[in-house]
Amino acid sequence: MSKLGTKTFTLLQTVTSVGLSALAWAVTGVRPIWNGSQPSDRQRIYFANHASHGDFILLSACLSEKERARTHAVAAADYWGKSRLRRFIAQDMLSSVLIHRQWTDEAENPISIMLSVLDEGHSLIIFPEGTRNMTDEPLLPFRSGLYNLSMARPDVELIPCWIENMSRVLPKGQFVPVPLLCRVVFGAPIAIAPDEERRAFLDRARQTLLALNPRPPTHDAEKWNPVFRKTSCDQKGLEHRAGSDIRHDARGDD
Amino acid sequence: MHETLILVIGLAAVLTTARLVAGILSWRAPKPLSSTLVNLNQRINAWWVMVVAITVAFFFGRSGMTILFALISFAALREFVTLTHSRRSDHWVLLGMFGIVIPFQYWLVWTAWYGLFTIFIPVYCFLLMPAITALHGDTERFLERVSAQQWAVMISVYCVSHVPALLTLEVPGFEGRNLLLIAFLIITVQGSDVLQYIFGKLFGRHLMSPKVSPSKTWEGLVGGLATSSLLGALLSFLTPFSPLQAAGVAFIACLMGFLGGLVASAIKRDQGVKDWGHLIEGHGGMMDRADSLVFAAPVFFHTVRYFWTV
Repeated sequence: MSKLGTKTFTLLQTVTSVGLSALAWAVTGVRPIWNGSQPSDRQRIYFANHASHGDFILLSACLSEKERARTHAVAAADYWGKSRLRRFIAQDMLSSVLIHRQWTDEAENPISIMLSVLDEGHSLIIFPEGTRNMTDEPLLPFRSGLYNLSMARPDVELIPCWIENMSRVLPKGQFVPVPLLCRVVFGAPIAIAPDEERRAFLDRARQTLLALNPRPPTHDAEKWNPVFRKTSCDQKGLEHRAGSDIRHDARGDD
Repeated sequence: MHETLILVIGLAAVLTTARLVAGILSWRAPKPLSSTLVNLNQRINAWWVMVVAITVAFFFGRSGMTILFALISFAALREFVTLTHSRRSDHWVLLGMFGIVIPFQYWLVWTAWYGLFTIFIPVYCFLLMPAITALHGDTERFLERVSAQQWAVMISVYCVSHVPALLTLEVPGFEGRNLLLIAFLIITVQGSDVLQYIFGKLFGRHLMSPKVSPSKTWEGLVGGLATSSLLGALLSFLTPFSPLQAAGVAFIACLMGFLGGLVASAIKRDQGVKDWGHLIEGHGGMMDRADSLVFAAPVFFHTVRYFWTV
């Protein structure tokens, strides 16, 4: 957040947020699907899948004006703090919270920076994958931030949000968006169970988020090409098939 | 202008009647309303909005119609591409479809450049799009991606642009009234959709193709086509056709419209979705409403061009 909480910056942030929401709607027709949670005044941490710079804009476009004003996206300082322009866009226009992914100095501890924002009564948008996902995997393993934040502030709701299609609208390295329809699915809040291990919770949070995808990727490549592909997700199916084929051959004819 | 006035009054009367009937049905039905009735009310409201939008475009003449259908193409293409499989390397091809193909095709309509208008997409785009994809070097599911993109521009841009292209036809003795041809096409084809829906709901017994669409019945098709041909004959005062010719042209357009709806259903079924989108309350997306027009427009255009222009 900008240290200069002057009227000019508030105005700039309001204009930016309204403008970007309108733009997001014009390009992607974005609309929220509340699937297990509802808009509310409760302080929240929204956690979402991340494949594009547009993700945060899409998610905040789905929030009410009031909620948007107090919700800040957490972004990487090593990327968004690189130049004065990037810093201006991230902090002054989008009022993001910049954190260091690699830190040594205690003043740069990302968890304490995020907690201080929460303690001011703000909501956060975080991307637990820690980076933009460029793989064919739908969701990378989660980093620990989500767990640490929730342990420290258990009364803040954790809302999983699945952002659909944005990686196709604005892929990494592109700057002109392709207009495709997007939806943001808000799921039921999750909380750390008593005695739940860090890794177990993070995996559960990841599964919860994955389950919100309204159109899970179908592996229909076979429909198009009988030759199996060596993508990670088809690998299991491939082994399974190969196994059954071998058995079939061994059995001879049915 | 005289016909236009009759047309607007007639449409308003039909929609008001529908509003009243739906109102009475809702009032007498047990609460809460069944999903069919809720949907019926939403659909009628959306029809009002659509009729008003087209009427406004109508009064801006050629430019209004061209811009309106360019926007319809944009919405339809967005829905189509959203449903298809694409990869990161397709980014520039997809951008070109929205940023170059739509504006250029509609500019060709605007300038009445018939020769290029008919071949720009099926020849140049169809050859250049896969070439660009191949230059990118990403061959994963190449044929599937390329054909989906070609179908997307074919259906959402090429076919739809034949509606405003009707304004470029020069029918002797019909000068300056071509907007009425568009009205005739839209009313008969969309009317046929509604009539097929009504006949299907009232008398539908035999499903035509249960795998493709659970709502299309033989009774609905026959009833809808017969009544919309009759509607075409009634509307012949808008056109250069005699009542009998108008019935025949309406029949061909509505039959094509039916096939368009069937193909759209098959695409949706293949992609595992119920609707194309959520742009129009109660109807789904733009393609859910325009699917029949997509198939009807080029055939109607060429029928009129071949038999009625010099």
